[in-house]
Amino acid sequence: MSAGVLFDTPGPRSKRLYAAVGVASVVILLLILWFVLAKLDDKGQLTAAKWKPFLTGEIWTQYLIPGLLGTLKAAAISTVLALVLGVLLGVGRLSAAKWIRWPSSIVVEFFRAVPVLLMMLFAYALYGHYETFPADQIALAGVVTGLTLYNGSVIAELVRSGVHSLPKGQNEAALAIGLTTGKTMRLVLLPQAITAMMPAIVGQLVVILKDTALGYIITYEELLRKAEQIGNFKSNLLPALIFVGALFVIVNYLVSLAANKIEQRTRRRGRSAGGPLAPDQIDQAAVEVAAANANQANTGQPGF
Amino acid sequence: MHVISELFSDYPIFGAFKQTIYLTLLSAVFALLIGTVVAVMRVSPVRVLQLIGTGYVNIVRNTPLTLVIVFCNLGLFVQLGISLVDPNSPTSIDDNNFRLAVLGLSVYHASFVAEAIRSGVNTVPLGQAEAARAIGLPFLKTLRHIVLPQAFRGAIAPLGNVLIALTKNSTVASVIGVSESSATMKDMMENRPDVLFVVFGIFAVGFVILTLPVGILFTSLSKRLAVKR
Repeated sequence: MSAGVLFDTPGPRSKRLYAAVGVASVVILLLILWFVLAKLDDKGQLTAAKWKPFLTGEIWTQYLIPGLLGTLKAAAISTVLALVLGVLLGVGRLSAAKWIRWPSSIVVEFFRAVPVLLMMLFAYALYGHYETFPADQIALAGVVTGLTLYNGSVIAELVRSGVHSLPKGQNEAALAIGLTTGKTMRLVLLPQAITAMMPAIVGQLVVILKDTALGYIITYEELLRKAEQIGNFKSNLLPALIFVGALFVIVNYLVSLAANKIEQRTRRRGRSAGGPLAPDQIDQAAVEVAAANANQANTGQPGF
Repeated sequence: MHVISELFSDYPIFGAFKQTIYLTLLSAVFALLIGTVVAVMRVSPVRVLQLIGTGYVNIVRNTPLTLVIVFCNLGLFVQLGISLVDPNSPTSIDDNNFRLAVLGLSVYHASFVAEAIRSGVNTVPLGQAEAARAIGLPFLKTLRHIVLPQAFRGAIAPLGNVLIALTKNSTVASVIGVSESSATMKDMMENRPDVLFVVFGIFAVGFVILTLPVGILFTSLSKRLAVKR
């Protein structure tokens, strides 16, 4: 049910009522805004000196761009590794062999239950203690490890529900023409499953991007850390936090838009056999897919 | 086994998890309240309210939680001097950080709660709202008596996911000095690098114990309470 049908097309009386409520809420919103700005002004946060630095090249070349690059680098490496791990674990969970299926399931469930931050802290301590990486790479390695393990298991679940959402005939037909189970998976099921799950997988990118901010806690040089440095340098911590927050929102919003675009295109072309299912087909697999979709693409995943 | 009992006697592991549970439950209550209001705004007939609700969800959902929590401390408290406690109480710093963390966690997760409830609204068949309007109920009454009760039951599974995420995300509170589980784990790892795996194992198992029953409970609830159609 779409939201629009909760109410009738308004008549003259309702129209006046809605307009009144609308005006009232605008007034309240403006009052809140005014209060916030007054409070900021009161504490001297609105002076030009605090906001001007963001217009200077120095802040961008020294702080914002390196920070953004740090964030994107960690996100990019983690995405690639998480995709590889996710496909391996997802296929592992679907395997006919018990000794592959069970360990994969345990690994996936474990890494989904443990907070990303704990994994990052652990990896960071581990790499630091055993000097696995050069000193200046330890924080990056910690961030990437945490993000890869968590998002890898999320992607594994996406792959699994993608395969489950395919019509049974796909598997049977592939086996009937003589493909082995491995080839059936690789040539028939997996490509369709990944296409069906593409929007959700791109949506997961937002989670990865946001989660890189956790690197702040293990001293990784990303945007949030840079915001703090700008704040110390120009004594404009609050504006710096707000500015960097806006940067995050813009980047992530663009990625979500891309996810929606891909979803629309997949639906229009009808390329995926595992696309929207008819109501009478709804079984456990469909429920899982719906849950995964609702969780990942529509409602977003409450990552850090 | 000797190491484990030693760690448990040397460090306040149970206290840390108690703090995690407090953070989670308090934030869950506030997130549910804020999220419900935002969801109602988004399905309301007033365009301005829809826009405010949508804006809230889109902005908050795309901001990293770490930034939100850091902002609550450095921004609200340090820069603007907004304190949530009586400054003269002996535990004011700890309490203030705890409350600011609850504020950040609630505001952040409210956007996910709002989306979960909105997806629950989408599970309610069209005829329900039409019937409600046909017997003359206005928007708010339709929502309160007909749509929301069914929407909440339809939204149990995604709400459970939000609660699990909230439990795990409460670890970020350590960034503003709330001594919950991740802060304690970090502390332990710094002092006992010889038993890193054991320390991580203790906390990982702790979170599995915290989140697994919630997942099972909400899955069974969502099946049991779903409106049979």
